[in-house]
Amino acid sequence: MPNYEFSNYLQFILSGLSTGSIYVLVALGVVTIYSVTGIVNLAQGEYCMLGAMLAVTFTRWGLPLALAFVAAIVSVTLIGVLIERLTVQPARSASSITLIMITVGVSIVVRGIALLAWGTTPLSLPSFTRGAPLDILGAAVSLQRLWIMGTAIVTLLLLYFLFERTLLGKAVRACAINRQAAGLMGISAGQMSALVFALSAALGAVGGIVIAPLMLASYDMGLMLGLKGFVAAVIGGLTSLPGAVIGGLLLGVIESLGAGLISSGFKDAIAFLVLLLVIFARSGRFIGMPKLKPGGKVKPAEARP
Amino acid sequence: MTKRWPWRRDLTGRILTRNSVGLLAFALTVGALPLVLRSPYLLSTAIFIGIYTIVTLGLCLLMGYAGQVSLGHAAFWGIGAYTSAILTVKFGVSPWLAMIAGVLVTAGVAYVIAIPIFRLREHYLAMATLGLGIIATLAFGEFRELTGGPSGLPGVPRLAVGGFIFDGDVEYYYLVWGAVVALIGLSLNIVNSRVGRALRAVHASEAAAESIGVDASRYKLQVLVLSAAYASLAGSLYVHYMQFVSPQAFDFGVSVRLVVMAAVGGLASVWGAPFGAAAVMNVTVLLREALPLVIPNASDKHITIVYGLVLILIMIFMPEGLTRGVIEGFHRNARN
Repeated sequence: MPNYEFSNYLQFILSGLSTGSIYVLVALGVVTIYSVTGIVNLAQGEYCMLGAMLAVTFTRWGLPLALAFVAAIVSVTLIGVLIERLTVQPARSASSITLIMITVGVSIVVRGIALLAWGTTPLSLPSFTRGAPLDILGAAVSLQRLWIMGTAIVTLLLLYFLFERTLLGKAVRACAINRQAAGLMGISAGQMSALVFALSAALGAVGGIVIAPLMLASYDMGLMLGLKGFVAAVIGGLTSLPGAVIGGLLLGVIESLGAGLISSGFKDAIAFLVLLLVIFARSGRFIGMPKLKPGGKVKPAEARP
Repeated sequence: MTKRWPWRRDLTGRILTRNSVGLLAFALTVGALPLVLRSPYLLSTAIFIGIYTIVTLGLCLLMGYAGQVSLGHAAFWGIGAYTSAILTVKFGVSPWLAMIAGVLVTAGVAYVIAIPIFRLREHYLAMATLGLGIIATLAFGEFRELTGGPSGLPGVPRLAVGGFIFDGDVEYYYLVWGAVVALIGLSLNIVNSRVGRALRAVHASEAAAESIGVDASRYKLQVLVLSAAYASLAGSLYVHYMQFVSPQAFDFGVSVRLVVMAAVGGLASVWGAPFGAAAVMNVTVLLREALPLVIPNASDKHITIVYGLVLILIMIFMPEGLTRGVIEGFHRNARN
C-alpha cells in the first residue's frame, strides 16, 4: 500500500462524500417508492441517466445551463409518472417479485431507447462554474464536487419541508405507515404511487445532472448509479430517509477509500460486498453479532414434518 | 405400504404413470432432431438451446417454486464455466472432475449468499444476485493470471470418455440434450415430491406453510443451490463446446436473457424451460438478421430492448409465464 498522508485521506473522504451525495439522492427515491408502494424500483438509476442526457441535449439546443437543468428535471418527472401509469399501475395487485421484474424490464427499455436516441458515445456537460479546484487542508476539491454537495443539501431541505410541513407530504407519510388506513382517510393509493414515482424521478434527475460534468453522461450510466443507490438504501434500512442519507454518504466514502487504498479495478465490486455484509448483519448470521433490527424471520417450531 | 414409504410413490410411482410418457416422447423427439437439422449452423444453435435450457430449468424452479428471482444467474453459469476452464487449462485436471468441482464451487457460493437472504422478509435475493453478477464479471476480467482477463481464456479441451472424444457437433448435441433429458427427469421428480409440494405450499402462502411446519427458508435455499448447480453444469458444457471463455458471455444482459427465457417458458413449469430457451434463442437469431435492416449498426444491445418489452408485457398480463398464460386463456375460452 502506498504511503499516504493526511491530505490524501481527506481527498478520498471528500470525493467520497460528493459521490455519496448522488447515492443519497438515488437512495431517497428508492426508499420513498418502497415505503409507499412496496415496490423495489430497479429502474431508479435510469432517471439519473435521463436527467443527465436531457440536460446535455437541452444545453446543446442553446438553453442556458440553469434552464436546461430545470427543463431536464421536469421532463424526467413527467417520464417517471408516465412509466408508473403504463407499467406499475396495470400490475398493482401483482406479487412483489413480478413488480421487481417489471422494473427490470423498464430499466432495460429506457436504457435501450436512450441508446437509440443518443448512441454509445458519452456526452459531456460543462461544469456549473469555472475555476481552479479549492484547496481544503491540502486536499484539492473541484468546484463541481461542491456543487454536488450543495445541491444535495438543498434537495434534502426541500424534501424535509415537503414531508414535514405540507399536507401532501403528510399524505405520503400516512401511506407509508399504513396504506389501508390512509385509504380510509381518503388518500388515494394510486395518486400517491404516481406522486412518489414523480418525486423519485425528480431526485434521480437532479443526481444525474449534477454528476454529469464529472463522469460524462452515457446511456448506460444508470445501472451502476441505481444499484449503488439501492445499496445505500439497504444500508439505511430500506424504509428510513435519514438512513438513506447516512447509507449513501457511508457508501461513497467506503468506495472512495477502497478504490484509493486497495484497488481501483474492483471499485464497483465494493458496493456489492458492502451490500452482502449488510444483509448478513441484518439477518444476524454473524456469530455473536447482534441483530440491527429485532423481529426478523421467526424460525418455525423445531419439530420437522 | 405407501404410508411407510411415502417417497416410493413420489419418486417411482408418479414417474411411471405420468411423467415417464412425456419424458420418453421428449427424449425421442430430441433424439430424432439431428436427422432433420442438417446444417451445421442449426445444429450448433440447437446445442446452445440445450445449454440455455439447463440454466433456464433451474431458474424456472427458483422463480416458480421458491417465488424468488435471480438477476445474476449468468454469474453461476460463469463460475461453472471458469472453474472448468481454469482447472483443465491451467492445472490439467480431467474435464469431468473439473465439472464436478465447478458444481461444488457454484453451489457453495449460492449457499453462502443465500443463507442470510432467505431469513429476511424483503426481496434481497434479486439485488444480491445482481451484485454477485457484477462482481463475478469484474472478477473474471481482473484476475488475469487465472482467467486471461478481458480477452478470455482459450485452449479448453474437448470432453472425452475413454478414447471417445465429443468433437463433432452431432456427438455434442447428444451429450447436451442427454443432460437436458436427465435434468428434466430429475426436476420432475423434485417437483412431484414432498419437497415440491412443500415449495408449492410456501408459494401459495408462506405463513400458512410455516404454521404447519414447513421450513420455508430451508426449502428456498435448497432450490437456489440446485438452480446454481444446474447453471454451473451448463457452464461446463458451454466451455467445453466453445473451447474458449471470456467475461462478456456472462454479463448482466445474459442474466436478463435467462430471466426472459424463464418468463416466456412459464414459471412453475418444468416443460416450459426448453420451450422458453428455444423461443428466445430463435427470436434472437431472427432479430440479429432483421434488426440491422431497420436500424443500421444494430447490435445485441438493441435486441435487449425487445427482451425488456417482452418481460414487461408478460409480467403485467401473464405473471405465471407466457406458456401458462396462453394455456389458461385457452381453458377459459373453452369453458365459456
